[in-house]
Amino acid sequence: MPAALSRALQGLAILAAAALVVVLPAYVELFTLMQLTLFAAMGVLALSLGFIWGFGGILSFGQTAFFGLGGYTYAIAAINFGDSTNAILLAILFPALFAAALGYFVFYGRISEVYLGVITLTVTLILFNVVNSTAGDAYTIGQARLGGFNGIPSVPTFNAPYTPDAVLSPEAGWWVTGGVLIAVYLLMRLLLASPFGRIAVAVRENETRAALLGYDPRLIKLGVFMVGGAVAGLAGALYVNWGAFVGPTIFSLSLSAEIIIWITVGGLGTLIGPVVGCVLIQFLNAKIGSQQAFNANLVLGVILVGFVLLLPKGIVPTLKNALLGLGRKARRRPAASTAARTQIAGAE
Amino acid sequence: MDLSLIIALDVVNGAASLFLLCLGLAIIFGMMKIINLAHGEFVMLGAYATVISANAGLNIWIAMLVVAPLFVGLVGLVIERCLIRFLYGRLVDSMLATWGLSLCLIGLVTTIFGNTINGVPTPLGGFQVGAYRSSWYTIFLLAMAVVMMALVYGVLRFTRFGLVARAVMLNPGMAATLGVNPAKIYMATFGIGAAVTGLAGGLLAPVSGITPVMGTAFVAKCFITVVGGGATIISGTLSAAGLFGFVNQLGAYFTTPVYGEVILFLSAILLIRLLPQGISGRFFKGTL
Repeated sequence: MPAALSRALQGLAILAAAALVVVLPAYVELFTLMQLTLFAAMGVLALSLGFIWGFGGILSFGQTAFFGLGGYTYAIAAINFGDSTNAILLAILFPALFAAALGYFVFYGRISEVYLGVITLTVTLILFNVVNSTAGDAYTIGQARLGGFNGIPSVPTFNAPYTPDAVLSPEAGWWVTGGVLIAVYLLMRLLLASPFGRIAVAVRENETRAALLGYDPRLIKLGVFMVGGAVAGLAGALYVNWGAFVGPTIFSLSLSAEIIIWITVGGLGTLIGPVVGCVLIQFLNAKIGSQQAFNANLVLGVILVGFVLLLPKGIVPTLKNALLGLGRKARRRPAASTAARTQIAGAE
Repeated sequence: MDLSLIIALDVVNGAASLFLLCLGLAIIFGMMKIINLAHGEFVMLGAYATVISANAGLNIWIAMLVVAPLFVGLVGLVIERCLIRFLYGRLVDSMLATWGLSLCLIGLVTTIFGNTINGVPTPLGGFQVGAYRSSWYTIFLLAMAVVMMALVYGVLRFTRFGLVARAVMLNPGMAATLGVNPAKIYMATFGIGAAVTGLAGGLLAPVSGITPVMGTAFVAKCFITVVGGGATIISGTLSAAGLFGFVNQLGAYFTTPVYGEVILFLSAILLIRLLPQGISGRFFKGTL
């Protein structure tokens, strides 16, 4: 597919998605809309790991650490400020800084992939344990009580920028969440097209070669990790806005596992794949939740094992390759040039 | 004096439990370079096997020392044949697949037995040290840790299987050219690692809460210990378990058990930063 045509199609798809976000509240009932808002918030979380794992080659087993930090930061700040705008900004900033500190430790120690997974997993567990044990009056930040395993109830939801009285309706909440999902997707697209994104992919492909070309892989990975942390923090704020509640389970290992499943199912190394996988799996989870015959973990586990063994690329890249293969057959183009272009497109 | 004796016992006991829990993982990671994220669920299966067979009327010692390792060892063999053997050399995929496996096992056990199961009473009584009490079972766990260490060391050091296994661990390709079938060794190793883990689960069943998700409490702790110890099985695991068990129990004593764990994890992260190859990578080169 010529690059210009491909880009035009992508632009159209994004416009269509934006239009869908705008008109949807007129057509679906409130319950469905709320569910879709949750899916969109989780979609942002999926994008954060999809970005750092798929394009930075950093498999963080504990992306919920940043998600949870973002959620708690938002809750504490919103309660103290009484206004959500700065709280959202803090919920992006604080996880990014935390990612910078952790990333410095990990990447500048040149810790290998396995250890990275173990360390991020451990950090998530530490945060879970610490937050879980903060019940009681001693653990209060400003006016916000951390509440330990009970969590923080009745967190103020989003309001119009710097006007605390104009609290957003559920419809407006959906517009914000859906809009953020599209905006984050676009920003990541732009970032990947920028020199930074190109270098990040180069580091993922071959760290030594990138280093020999004069780039510092540690710094690049740190940058990618921070972007992932910031986006995950934003997702946390969106999630807390959806439920007006935050509890320690936001740090849970099962959620960490689920994010990884979304990406494995949707397709690693794409941006749309994680979102697709996220929506599919969450939809499936909601369906499983409404019956009693078997446990959700069982189904998720089988799906993860099945995809790793049988369809390691995930749904989106497999479909894309199948479609490109069909197109190639129809047009009888020389295979080599198309294949090369597919690779470049795949790297984007 | 009495108090310090009890604390010392606690610290040693913490290290011994950690060693027992990690040994199976260290065998699998050290020899096969497979990261088994379903390790905690192997512990859980061992505990379930013990509790169910003990509640069905079997002698508690047989349930703990025979049923649990045999059952989990068999499960391990089946899993190796059905899943793990496709994943050798694919490190990240092996992590993902074993994580999927762990979810499967949790889901399966929850579906069959529900969310809780009755435990078994702790066998052996307690004894008195001055004004404090401790249980004989603590001493038994310590003894079992020593026995397991001696057993694994003996098998790896003095038997033909141990020799072949160590050869495969060092260089599978070279071992294969000398007529060893690495696939068979891997299969046996995974089974043995699973059985050792099942034994740990059985031994800890009387002293821990038994639920389908109990494994998640162990998995990060075991990993951080094995990774902190490095790839060697006995010396690495022993030194890391000793260090982290010590830190954990002392931290728990001076603060709360929760912060004890936090201190354990933080010291482990610090250790990995300082010694990326683990303790054994630095201090016990070329040992088991």
